[in-house]
Amino acid sequence: MGLKTDIKLNVHGRVLVAAPTGELDHYRAERLRAQIDSMFEKSSCRHILLDMGDVSFMDSSGIGMIIGRYKKAEMSGGRIVIANMSEPISRLFDVSGLSKIVSRAETAQTAMHMLGGAFNE
Amino acid sequence: MNKIRLEIAALTENISVSRVVAATFVAHLDPTVEEVTEIKTAVSEAVTNAIIHGYGENQNEFVQIVFSVEERVVIIEVCDKGVGIENIESAREPLFTTKPELERSGMGFTVMESFMDSVEVSSASGEGTSVKLTKKIGGSNDDA
Repeated sequence: MGLKTDIKLNVHGRVLVAAPTGELDHYRAERLRAQIDSMFEKSSCRHILLDMGDVSFMDSSGIGMIIGRYKKAEMSGGRIVIANMSEPISRLFDVSGLSKIVSRAETAQTAMHMLGGAFNE
Repeated sequence: MNKIRLEIAALTENISVSRVVAATFVAHLDPTVEEVTEIKTAVSEAVTNAIIHGYGENQNEFVQIVFSVEERVVIIEVCDKGVGIENIESAREPLFTTKPELERSGMGFTVMESFMDSVEVSSASGEGTSVKLTKKIGGSNDDA
């Protein structure tokens, strides 16, 4: 995998599954949020499942991006759940206090259950 | 003492370059993966601040990053000649940000402080800011 962050976006019922890849810094976070928001607005999604399994690096820009999407989901009566966080990203979550407001799950499957949805076949 | 001086244009796509140089610079000290991540994250925070707050992403300006190491102590100084920080004490408070519209979390200094042994900030309004990050590699005994 290169340094470039791309993102996989898929809609499963009312859940937007966003899976960024690569490094999540300010430069990438700005692009990511535009892509997530545009898909979220176009679809009839209420919830966001953020799958961090392929994120190799994140700094506090990622925290800001997640808080922004948390607000976005909340405004449409939904929630955000973060899945597959690596150890360093978990630490960043704890340091920033984000773990107090954003739910996390071990796997995307668990996160999907928490959001009351299911993955499409 | 070994030293590297790096200058990058104040463009956010250059933040990743500063992280790569940081990781490469400390590699010969045989740091743990955790230590490398901590250093990369702290550098990323300081350089991001210099670019977006110090220079407002003016690509004609340059951020200077000086990496140095003596024994096992790594010192990284990130300097800009930008707007400066009016009140350093508030800027270091968690959640403080002057750019909420950019979705900045205000956690940059908190992250730097959590991941490095020390963070020294000096700044003068209209003259610029310098952030000195220090970390001893192998400094923590409970590292695996």
